[in-house]
Amino acid sequence: MNGIDTTGLTAGPAQVWGGIRLVPLLRDTPVAGLRLHRDLRGTDGTDETDELDKAEKTEEYEGPCGGVSYVPHAFVADWSGDGGHGAAYGTRLGSGDGSADPVRIPVSPHRRPARRIRDSGRRGAGRSSRATDRLRFLPLQLALAGYLSLHFRGPSIAWDEWSRSALQRGLSPREEAAYAGTSVPGLGEALRVFEIHPRQCGVLLYTADALAAAFVVPHPDDYRALHGTLMEDLYGELVYHYAYYARPVPTFEARLGDGRNMRTLADLRAAARRAETVWRRDHDSVLAAGLLSGGYRFERVYTMDRFTLQRFLPGFVPGREQHIGELIRDHKGRTAYLKTFRLSEAQVRRGHLLDALQREEWHPERTAAALGTSVEELVRRITSAGFGALLKHGATRSRT
Amino acid sequence: MGHSGGGPAAENRSGLVAAEDLLLFVNAAITATGQREFRSGAAEQQLSLAFLHEYVQVNHRSLYAAALALDINDHNAALIVERLLRSAREATAEQKRTEGRLIAARLALLPPQRVYRLFRALRTAGVNNRRTRAVQRDWLTARPDLGLDAVKYRRGLKSAVRHVHLPVRALDAGPLKAGPLDADRTGELGDFLFRPGVRARYGHPLLDAHRRAHYEQQAVYELPFTVAQGFAARHRIPPERFLERITPRMTRLEKLRTAEATGGRTGERELSELSLTRLALYALSLPRAERAARRTVLTAALRSAARRAAGPGAGAWGRVSAVLDDSYSSYGSGVKRRRPLAVALAAHFLLEALATAYRPHWTSGLSDPLMAHPVGPTPLGTRILDALADSPDRLVIVSDGWDNAPPGLAGEVLRLWRTALDPGRATAVVHVNPVYDADGFDVRRLAPSVPTVGIRDAEDLPALVEIAQFAEGRTGPAELRAYLDRRSERFLRRYERRNPEPGEGRDGEGERA
Repeated sequence: MNGIDTTGLTAGPAQVWGGIRLVPLLRDTPVAGLRLHRDLRGTDGTDETDELDKAEKTEEYEGPCGGVSYVPHAFVADWSGDGGHGAAYGTRLGSGDGSADPVRIPVSPHRRPARRIRDSGRRGAGRSSRATDRLRFLPLQLALAGYLSLHFRGPSIAWDEWSRSALQRGLSPREEAAYAGTSVPGLGEALRVFEIHPRQCGVLLYTADALAAAFVVPHPDDYRALHGTLMEDLYGELVYHYAYYARPVPTFEARLGDGRNMRTLADLRAAARRAETVWRRDHDSVLAAGLLSGGYRFERVYTMDRFTLQRFLPGFVPGREQHIGELIRDHKGRTAYLKTFRLSEAQVRRGHLLDALQREEWHPERTAAALGTSVEELVRRITSAGFGALLKHGATRSRT
Repeated sequence: MGHSGGGPAAENRSGLVAAEDLLLFVNAAITATGQREFRSGAAEQQLSLAFLHEYVQVNHRSLYAAALALDINDHNAALIVERLLRSAREATAEQKRTEGRLIAARLALLPPQRVYRLFRALRTAGVNNRRTRAVQRDWLTARPDLGLDAVKYRRGLKSAVRHVHLPVRALDAGPLKAGPLDADRTGELGDFLFRPGVRARYGHPLLDAHRRAHYEQQAVYELPFTVAQGFAARHRIPPERFLERITPRMTRLEKLRTAEATGGRTGERELSELSLTRLALYALSLPRAERAARRTVLTAALRSAARRAAGPGAGAWGRVSAVLDDSYSSYGSGVKRRRPLAVALAAHFLLEALATAYRPHWTSGLSDPLMAHPVGPTPLGTRILDALADSPDRLVIVSDGWDNAPPGLAGEVLRLWRTALDPGRATAVVHVNPVYDADGFDVRRLAPSVPTVGIRDAEDLPALVEIAQFAEGRTGPAELRAYLDRRSERFLRRYERRNPEPGEGRDGEGERA
């Protein structure tokens, strides 16, 4: 299987605000047995969500939800029980009883992230103190370095020194450029005025009609709780630039023709339904094609009960729309959780290079041969991609 | 929008333009308050509104003044009055006379704090022509008790009296009626405002209570609530004790607000005094559990308020279906909380009273209106299809005009309904919109074939449906002009019957000279 299975998810009508298009993904039934880690949801008996959220809890879906829970990557929460905050390093699946706490990176208070800004700006002081205990994202740099280092892993030959420094400082001095949602123009407003569907379990986010990110959760309540966090998510530079320069995108307005063959209200209703179907087909085949077409390499990370957590990498084909991401499948291969990050063209090329290096176990001559180039040229490319320091170490190592 | 041209051929066209401009302006003046809405910010709103006022005032001055007779909101009414007084020079003598009457009648309807604010704005702007002074003088002398105003709106009154150059002695004789007027008391209002501390005691009970309240706790409870609050804080009176004892001095709204803030309950009697839309706002402000617990009381109050609002029109609308928007955007904004939803809820009860047979269709699929809650997308098109399936005589749509599941479907459904299925207009369709769209200088429309009018209070629905026929473009500008004249006449008659002596402000200033 090299594609993303979207069985059970249907695209709802898009809502457009300026250059941002948000396409809701709806489920008729939520995925049973998988929920967000309960510590993330803050379901400790007290209900800290505001009045709106509280009333919006979808009662119809309240079912057994013990099952498996997951902790998305780089979410910050209190897992230790002693009030210390930590960021999940990579997504984890757990039993839901807290026994499978994720590996976490402690977050020291002075590095508390962007969430703060929002807390102080929102209504009421009472609630904001609550919100700081809830979900939070990592500081931009840490989250990004962590996120990408999961994919752009170093050579498979273990280098204690390198992996230590990479964990501490990311792949420094090289840095991946990404933008927090707060700095993507218009995104905050678009998310605020977006009207969440009662059955909504995900969203596809477009800037200037280029797919920027996909986000899917198993349960509508999870989505509702996390809708606002899209704002603090990270987006590729492409997304930022598209949003910055984009003019307002057109809404796909329903068109029902001239009504020549319309006799009854039932005809009108049928025409309305047809328009919806056509739109959905167009969306899946045109707008989301870059994400849904195959060509991914999946790596299994965890398996628990019926669920498998996987990471996927694209083929790193320069010049094509490429996403990296994580997803959880159930036993039938259907997507229960999905989060993607769109790579920029430069990142795709770097990925292409690293990919080749990894395949040849970082052997310069062999890699150069595989890429059909000379060692000098390869070294130049590695250096210009920002991996110079890495190469020096690796080169001496490979010759001894 | 266009500009009025000359010549006989252009006349009809310019009439049409004027009619369109006026409807646009009325929609804005009913819905816009310069505050933040769900989709546009406060600054945007004010800018957009300022442009509209400027445009209509310059191009259609008499229509601009006539808007005072319509159900526009207080914010815009004050703006119109201010602009008319500022630009007195541009008006003809005839216009001035009509404007003066309309202004006086409208000021009498405005809450006093808003009028005082308007007077202050005029003073800041340096507007002090004779007409402005006359308008203010008339309003001040018509106040029921200036002593109360002096205590409650001290700064406002002071500024107004100064601005008008009014000898305060003149005020004492008329409005300061409480208690016998003896020689001692002449001029005490002036002393109170401008020379505090000069008198050992005042004849007017409120003025005296205000003096004593500085050192005597008992006197605090003789003052109006808002004034007493300040003194209570100064005397460090515990809030519970203060609230308990001040209750008889509180106004209806103050009682309601305090009850909400302290978690107390509003009694049936208070509910029965509220207007329909305000009642709907109150009901929606309660948590849903409480709404369920007080279902009978709330429903009865809403029903009787709706019957009062419907008046003789009850049952006259035939079979009515409604599409009511309770999507997430009906939440409104932090400053206009749940206003669009409250209008929908109030309209629901009003239509129930107006119709012989009534069927509601909420966008969320809600079947229990009292539990209404802003959530979810706006599948307006589908709901309109459902409503049309009832084959009603009249379809009323209450929505902010944003239709997103899928976008534009409502407009398409309405268009095809008009062109292909019901060209004979067996069903009257009207869209009322509680939200001003700053970008469009108007309320958002659903379809060109369906008239859209702005709405602020659901009670105005019958009057707005009347205006809607002009928005549809099937009746000409002459009818609109006649309709406006009728409305103005009625509006002025109602006011002038109560105040038979025509004050100076109502005459053109030329005549007085």
